[in-house]
Amino acid sequence: MPEDIVAILPELCTALGQTALMLAIGLAGALVVGGPLGIWLFLLGPCQSLENRALHAIVGWLVNLVRSFPFIILLVALVPFTRVITGTSIGPVAAAVPLSFAAIPYFARLVEQNLRDVPRGVIEAAHSMGATDLQIVSRVLLVEARSGLVLALTVLAISFLSYSAVAGVVGGGGIGDLAIRYGYYRFQTDVMVLTVAILVVLVQLLQWGGNALARRLDKR
Amino acid sequence: MPNYVSQSSVVKPLSASSPLIQLEGVRKAFRLPDGRRFEAVKETTLSIERGDVFGLVGKSGAGKSTLLRLINLLERPDAGRVRVAGRDLTALDKPGLRNARQGIGMIFQQFNLLQNATVFDNVAFPLRIHGRHAGPQLAARVDACLALVGLQDKAASHPAQLSGGQKQRVAIARALASQPDVLLCDEPTSALDTETTESLLATLRDINAALGVTIVIVTHELPVVTSLCRRVAVVEDGAIVERLSLGADAPPAAAAHTRLGRDLLRLREGPQHASFEPREAFRA
Repeated sequence: MPEDIVAILPELCTALGQTALMLAIGLAGALVVGGPLGIWLFLLGPCQSLENRALHAIVGWLVNLVRSFPFIILLVALVPFTRVITGTSIGPVAAAVPLSFAAIPYFARLVEQNLRDVPRGVIEAAHSMGATDLQIVSRVLLVEARSGLVLALTVLAISFLSYSAVAGVVGGGGIGDLAIRYGYYRFQTDVMVLTVAILVVLVQLLQWGGNALARRLDKR
Repeated sequence: MPNYVSQSSVVKPLSASSPLIQLEGVRKAFRLPDGRRFEAVKETTLSIERGDVFGLVGKSGAGKSTLLRLINLLERPDAGRVRVAGRDLTALDKPGLRNARQGIGMIFQQFNLLQNATVFDNVAFPLRIHGRHAGPQLAARVDACLALVGLQDKAASHPAQLSGGQKQRVAIARALASQPDVLLCDEPTSALDTETTESLLATLRDINAALGVTIVIVTHELPVVTSLCRRVAVVEDGAIVERLSLGADAPPAAAAHTRLGRDLLRLREGPQHASFEPREAFRA
């Protein structure tokens, strides 16, 4: 039993690296594109400064559309797109493309919901002082919603840790893929237990770190 | 020679008698969720002089808050003009309006402070967004504003660590930071207890006296009006139904034709008219 695990150790290290890479790219994509998209969606909403019912409905519908795809279907459907962007459809970087694609609307929705919790009166006070829309985003919305946004990012990271397991389908690798290939297909229960244990620890660490940071940022 | 004469008449400063705030035929209606129109403010004309302390009093839902929010265009009127310090706000574009709003401070019932920012950063907020102060100059201005409301020692605190009265003082300091001509107060004492209300009103009185800031206050608490205001307008069903002076030239109570007006004048004539009265006196 230990020899299975010893044999797997080098590959486990590679897998950890691949998981980290996929998560990093996916979360960065979510932050850079999904964050502004969520802010825009919020500002298009009722009684906000860019209020536009039609556009709000269309963007909201698009966000829901992408979120309703099962991830494995998205992974396969996006192969041509992935090939254009990364030049290949195989490997962790290629797998990070559909991962980002799924993470963007997911995070956008989480951002929108968190911004809705910022009291209207505080936004109004900023308007009454002559703040621009951009200043209201950077100095009011993001400041007041920051601990909720950190928790949203934590939720996203944990969801996409498990999504990344599916990336094995396109040779993305990662810990989840290792668990499926050795633990499940080869009936190496000890490898399965080890990888699942690692995932459990990772999830706990992510949540713990997210909670701690959110608590530090929250002065309400 | 005649040239000089005509020039001197051109550069004549804004006449002292021209009101600081002028609402000319403003109207505001809202669409209710069921699709009907609700006229929050019917056609109204109102002038408020520079340096005045002006009360808008009425029952909840009378439209007094909407009327106040028309002054800095937080609500844009459906018709009419809003002039503040000679500038027609309704004719301004977005940057122009933002610029004009720097001269109009506002405080709210729920304080509306940034909870995740310190007291210092809250008061610095208007200065930073206008970008006219920086570094030591900004710190000095924030400090001066906190001194006005007696909270210099709380600069590093967060709003959650303050009492309601202290939060409202921070809001006043924030509203005064950009040296406005006008301070709009939307039910500023309604979330505060009687004692805190009294000391907050004293602060507002001091600010009016020391800085000459024109104060417009909306409240449903009659003692707040008699304790603070020199003039008052009674608002009912979206219209001003009575205007009264509460100064030395105040009419006798019987002269008022609205019930709220009579109550106000009677409260003013009462033995303790100079100070805030207990809440039993409320009839609003």
